[in-house]
Amino acid sequence: MGNGGVMVVRGARVIDPYRQIDSRDEDVWIADGHIVSPAQAVSPSVVVNASHLWLVPRLIDMHVHFREPGQTWKETIATGSRAAAHGGIVAVAAMPNTEPVVDTPELVEWVQHRGQAVGLVRVLPLGAITVGSRGEELADLYRMHQAGAVGFSDDGNPVSSAAMMRAALSYARTLPAAVINHAQERSLSEGGVVHEGRCAHRLGLAGMPEVAESSMVWRDVLLAGLTGGRLHEAHLSTMASVEAIGYAKQHHYRVTAEVTPHHLLLNEEVLLQWGYDPVTKVNPPIRPEATRQALLKAVQSGLIDVLASDHAPHHDDDKAKPYPEAPFGISGLETIVAALMTALVQPGCMSPLEAFGLMTTGPDRVLGLGFPGLRAGALADLTLIDPQKVWTVDPDRFYSLGHNTPLAGMQLRGQALATMVGGQWTMQEGEVLDAGLFAVS
Amino acid sequence: MNLFFEASTRTKTSFELAGKYLGADVINFQSRGSSVEKGETLYDTALNIEAMAVDLLVVRHPASGVPEQLSRYLNIPVVNAGDGFHEHPTQGLLDLMTVWEAKQRLDRLHVVIVGDILHSRVARSDLWGFQTMGAEVTLVAPPIWMPDWIGSSDIHFTANLAEVLASADVIQVLRIQKERRSMHGMPSEQEYRTRWGITREVAEQLRPDALILHPGPQNRGVEIDSEVMARTATRVLDQVENGVAVRMAVLEQLLGGHDG
Repeated sequence: MGNGGVMVVRGARVIDPYRQIDSRDEDVWIADGHIVSPAQAVSPSVVVNASHLWLVPRLIDMHVHFREPGQTWKETIATGSRAAAHGGIVAVAAMPNTEPVVDTPELVEWVQHRGQAVGLVRVLPLGAITVGSRGEELADLYRMHQAGAVGFSDDGNPVSSAAMMRAALSYARTLPAAVINHAQERSLSEGGVVHEGRCAHRLGLAGMPEVAESSMVWRDVLLAGLTGGRLHEAHLSTMASVEAIGYAKQHHYRVTAEVTPHHLLLNEEVLLQWGYDPVTKVNPPIRPEATRQALLKAVQSGLIDVLASDHAPHHDDDKAKPYPEAPFGISGLETIVAALMTALVQPGCMSPLEAFGLMTTGPDRVLGLGFPGLRAGALADLTLIDPQKVWTVDPDRFYSLGHNTPLAGMQLRGQALATMVGGQWTMQEGEVLDAGLFAVS
Repeated sequence: MNLFFEASTRTKTSFELAGKYLGADVINFQSRGSSVEKGETLYDTALNIEAMAVDLLVVRHPASGVPEQLSRYLNIPVVNAGDGFHEHPTQGLLDLMTVWEAKQRLDRLHVVIVGDILHSRVARSDLWGFQTMGAEVTLVAPPIWMPDWIGSSDIHFTANLAEVLASADVIQVLRIQKERRSMHGMPSEQEYRTRWGITREVAEQLRPDALILHPGPQNRGVEIDSEVMARTATRVLDQVENGVAVRMAVLEQLLGGHDG
């Protein structure tokens, strides 16, 4: 859309969790990168007919690894941004476990600027909780927040020391930002590569018990209660973890929680289906069916605030290693919208408004972004989704440099058809449009 | 070709002899560490082997699943000579053969496997092998060495060795694999011997015709006592002998090219 042009998107079902609106008769008017009211824009120069499509404002994936700086053969901010645009995502929170670890304001700014230079997705940097994510001394959380960090995480490394976690939560209480933990008691999970259960035994692979995660989630929840700090638990994968979140919410602790699409869509049988292909190797591991059902129930009951992909791309060579030696992680940005539709919306587990809340208002609250939804004056951040489209996941068509996902070959229902960031289309009909520099907020 | 990524004396020699008796040229390729330590991907390892135009590959690897992963890349037969704590199929077959020789049947026998079930590839191959042939299998181990899902399966298991001795037809004694950090959770070797070791007193509670097996190498005085090793019921040398025969049969089946 050229400068000064006015666009109207007509006929879409507008699902706006930010305003709690699900409407079939709302046209969306856009001018100068922002939403405008129809009264301000009477003569559109572009009319987009979006009948039969859904329109959702600012989809956020708050857990991605873009590997840059440092491991640019796995992913870069540019390729990760393309993957995000392709997947219908408007904003991502980038995990700081790069090389070097993003633990200074300068590095936070660098990531942010790099994201803006690519200009396909709003790259919101997360800073490390501790220097080098080593768990030994607190990083400069305030200065990183001033530089643009939207939260803090040592993701990949759990904060092992309870005293350090207490210090982080206590200090973060003075900031409008959450401490995000990858909860895992290392002494229980060490050496484990899959869920400790029937399939691990069948394949002779070392297991990680669920209690390795849940014991630390409970610890964190109690520390959040003690300190009053804001805690966000990443990628929960056990029933006892979910119960800890329930406990926290009952006691009005400032605790939020996240699950991933792969933990909602798959159970541990996927290990047998893929043999020893490390495409199934994720941390936390894919759990048994009973746990999957419990997670779905937790999401349905509103205990879970966020759905995030934990997009953790690896080079094909890394994933061609023996299973125990291959790295954890899969690419998820290009399947998350379809996964949400397939796992939660299509089976009627949640209304579209509730389901998309997990990728809009949920992460928006955790990261303190304050996006107002599709109101006049708001940035024109939105995604058009074809809710009926049935498609088969083919990682060869990913924009991500990582082609590993156990969803490969799976049929999903629902697909992002176009992505708009600040009034610029970043993807249309599956094709990423590299040109656009969007309005920086 | 023998491709061993993990130290092995018995299995490697056994496969080598089996190949030689059949007139095959056997080449040993023993890597000190894993190929990955040297920076080679499994895919490259496989392509290199294929380029050498070998007819069959015998693979031992410390990581579970590597023989299966290699077989996906290769067009030649790959024989698993033990992978991680997944499986040791020719060990399973030689155990079946040893029992069959002595008993002339496998069905309805009560086979007891004692030791670190969780980290034992032999336990898995024996469990599935004997069950397939109609035997009843009981696993005996301290709980921390037993897969935790087992309570929800239909496999018999117990921590109490004494309760299965009277009904056992075969007792397979697993090696305490100190190198696999499996002593983790076990106070001491002495403690283990006292509760799960096959001592003379334990052996005497077995039926007279019960067989005692051990995949070797034995830790005498830990999981099995010297006095037990010397008993006629103990068939560990039959196992070694049968190992060569079983591996000849496996190679013959895969390379022989004639029916039956």
